[in-house]
Amino acid sequence: MNKVIETQVLAPSLHKFIVEAPMIARRAQPGQFVILRVHQQGERIPLTIADFNRRAGTITLVFQEVGHTTRLLGKLQEGDKIVDLLGPLGEPTQHPQGKNAVCIGGGVGVAPVYPEAKDLHQRGYKVTSIIGARNEELLFFEEEMGAVSDEFFVATDDGSKGHHGFVTDVLQKLIDEGREVDFVIAVGPIPMMKAVADLTRKYEIKTIVSLNSMMVDGTGMCGGCRVTVGGEVKFTCVDGPSFDAHLLDFDEQTRRLSMYKDKENELEVKE
Amino acid sequence: MAKTRTTKHPMPAQPAQQRIKNFDEVPYGYSTDMAVEEAQRCLQCKNPKCVQGCPVGIDIPGFILKLRDQDFQGAVDVLKDKNSLPAICGRVCPQEEQCEAQCIVGIKNEPVAIGRLERFVADWEAEHSKSQVKPITPTEAKVAIVGSGPSGLSAAGELVKKGYKVTIFEAFHQPGGVLMYGIPEFRLPKAIVQREIDYLKKLGVEIQLNVVVGKTITLQELMEEEGYKAVFVGSGAGLPYFLNIPGENLNGVYSANEFLTRTNLMRAYQFPEWHTPIHIGERVAVVGAGNVAMDSARTALRLGAKEVHIVYRRSEKEMPARNEEIEHAREEGIKFNLLTNPVEVKGDGKGWVKALKCVKMELGEPDDSGRRRPIPISGSEFEFPVDVVVVAVGQGPNPLIPRTTQGLETSKWGNIVADDVGATSIPGVFAGGDVVTGAATVIKAMGAGKVAAEAIDKYIQSK
Repeated sequence: MNKVIETQVLAPSLHKFIVEAPMIARRAQPGQFVILRVHQQGERIPLTIADFNRRAGTITLVFQEVGHTTRLLGKLQEGDKIVDLLGPLGEPTQHPQGKNAVCIGGGVGVAPVYPEAKDLHQRGYKVTSIIGARNEELLFFEEEMGAVSDEFFVATDDGSKGHHGFVTDVLQKLIDEGREVDFVIAVGPIPMMKAVADLTRKYEIKTIVSLNSMMVDGTGMCGGCRVTVGGEVKFTCVDGPSFDAHLLDFDEQTRRLSMYKDKENELEVKE
Repeated sequence: MAKTRTTKHPMPAQPAQQRIKNFDEVPYGYSTDMAVEEAQRCLQCKNPKCVQGCPVGIDIPGFILKLRDQDFQGAVDVLKDKNSLPAICGRVCPQEEQCEAQCIVGIKNEPVAIGRLERFVADWEAEHSKSQVKPITPTEAKVAIVGSGPSGLSAAGELVKKGYKVTIFEAFHQPGGVLMYGIPEFRLPKAIVQREIDYLKKLGVEIQLNVVVGKTITLQELMEEEGYKAVFVGSGAGLPYFLNIPGENLNGVYSANEFLTRTNLMRAYQFPEWHTPIHIGERVAVVGAGNVAMDSARTALRLGAKEVHIVYRRSEKEMPARNEEIEHAREEGIKFNLLTNPVEVKGDGKGWVKALKCVKMELGEPDDSGRRRPIPISGSEFEFPVDVVVVAVGQGPNPLIPRTTQGLETSKWGNIVADDVGATSIPGVFAGGDVVTGAATVIKAMGAGKVAAEAIDKYIQSK
């Protein structure tokens, strides 16, 4: 059982929790994730580690209420305990060659991209960050991302803040301006990651994305999180969650993520 | 005395038509009269062959004699001298390949139903035994056990009795390993596994859940920083094999590991009271014919599938499952498609499974395994409609510990290399069960855990 030390509502149905987890914090690296259960009869779901503090023995989780388990999680208050918390899982992100990095976060994907930007920044990379959301209200981590970026851009679909349009528009502009971009790390909804991959492929810019596949154990045992990368089957839990965006079969991932959509309705009825 | 039977006393069981609608245990177990009567069939051989067939060397005629004389506690004591988990082994051991295969009665008639008698004695103990379990005060060093499946539980039990301070690290939120996530409730009720785990806890074994050794903490850290003098790795065969055929990533294709874990550990059969979903549909194909395949097929039926097919590329004779599982599956109406090999999973154009395309096979010359090699018959391709495909063609060793432990020697298949007492290439690190042998049986894993516990004791005492 792990105690929730601090809760914060970042945007409607978007939460940030700081959780006591000394063993996980001790070994966590950017790109890794945890698996948790919120209820004695609950499902196991993966969540990317949004930040960690080794000295305090805490990790940060950011999540959007999108399903039964995340809704239950959203009900927890400071001092409540998470029934089961396991991690850190997955491989830390491997950075491609070069010193000029662009970190892109879309929607709740800003949370997992933050530790990447922070890590790159601390290691002396030139970090350009672009974060996007549907509207200003849904934006979060602006200050945090700004603090670890040499340049920082915001895009909203409705133009309520920053660039009116998508994060890919901003990236295109940077490329058009002739900025040096050695690699891109992009985390967000699959359509966004796919759009980034399609753009960077044209310019042969190495691009890493992080997946949030469905899984049960998170240790390579169930194979539920399988994904096709360059024609080979990989497991997100032990081979990922970060993969080369230019080799990834995004359409397959989209389909696999929809596998239990109808079941989700049954759980909602129960609520 | 009545003339002894030439066949085993039949096992009373839930009728097939009733049991396919629930997850309750299928065989009810012998009554006292049945057990005592069956015990009379044992010849009490001076040189018992059955004992040689038992991976842990239980004094089989010994416990059967006590049972025959209705000294039930005596029978328990004989059994438990060699096997700490008889309620489990009595249910899941492949007795027909082990003790019962060697039974002298079996030469002319059916062998003595050793497995059923073992189960009877173990269940009698659970119901009647009044012996209080006293915690053992540890006097010896700390030993870590990785994984709480059969080998880990058995090693933990032996070591705690020798006075070691034993901690088991388990990745899942519940202990028991394959006994909990893999073997279904209707074959091994989880309450029985829980009883054995509770017993170990009462003896003083500590279980830390939600710890993945290799990720949350490494083997080196356990030994160098946490003060464990030795480690036993029993992390099992947790890497599912797939068929590597087109369409295998379609929605509706599961590894048997995932299908069974969702159902057993996560209780998808009680969805939505339990929150983990599973997809089942009307028609299910299970590829493979081992125990895991039978478990998957029978589970699919209980989850509501109308039609369940076993698809197996060899013939009846080569099916690796226990006879009892195959019989039960047949009684329940599972359809067996033998000498049939899947070549493609066909989709419905929306990402879901629609059909399984197969080819007919014939048997050729024996292969490396000594079994006749299946060869595709050209032009025999056909497909049949299915909604779900479960791939049950075996598991490899879980790679997390070998990947994260420097200096731990593994085979080319990724199994940890260990000698016959479980010693690995790293001093103080022992291993046993499926992670060493590849997917095998519960009793072999338990045997390995027990042998390794002896070796760990010797290793620590010699330091």
